[in-house]
Amino acid sequence: MITPDYISIIDQPIDYTAITERVRSNECGAVVLFMGTVREMTAGRQTVALDYEAYPEMAHQTLQQLITEARTQWPVHAVAIEHRVGHLALGEISVAIAVSSPHRKQAFEAGRFLIDRLKEIVPIWKKENWSDGTTEWEHPEIKTK
Amino acid sequence: MTVQQIQVRLFARARELAESDLISVALTEGATVVDLRRAMAEQYPQLQPVSSQLLIAVDNAYAGEDQVLNQQQEVACFPPVSGG
Repeated sequence: MITPDYISIIDQPIDYTAITERVRSNECGAVVLFMGTVREMTAGRQTVALDYEAYPEMAHQTLQQLITEARTQWPVHAVAIEHRVGHLALGEISVAIAVSSPHRKQAFEAGRFLIDRLKEIVPIWKKENWSDGTTEWEHPEIKTK
Repeated sequence: MTVQQIQVRLFARARELAESDLISVALTEGATVVDLRRAMAEQYPQLQPVSSQLLIAVDNAYAGEDQVLNQQQEVACFPPVSGG
């Protein structure tokens, strides 16, 4: 049975149970789920919320490319990735990545690869809403001020 | 030389600086990504705070600096990504 990979950019809360269920299989001994969640403190500054924006069509395409790359390195059975956009409160889930494979090492490594590369190339951005009332886009390579 | 108007989708801080999610950039026929950068800097000076870091995508893939642009492509421009 071919399990189609699942990629979704949504503006609703992420159902991580459903994401995980999508990749489960009798062929697999391992399922790894990674979730990114909204953290309160960053380098001593307090976040009250994050706003996420995506370029959805290109995000889909680059995520599909990353899954294809992962499959060349590990015997991945199925991948499900969902990224949320919009206004997220503290503790909410911004991204969920589920990977299944025959053995755990492959699932951990593929999952790690997918989230690391997502953060490097997938066109999605976050804007900090700091506790002092200011906002700031996080654009990692831009060193302004 | 023929001038063409290239529509460029903007995201995140670039979108906010331009106060629009779509800008029109005048380019001569055969212009490349390098020319687009120069033209945007001239025609949209409000993008200056992020101009040196902008990434260009054509048809949903990152573009090389020498890629030739035309009106049939979907062109997008945005600062470094920070999802996850």
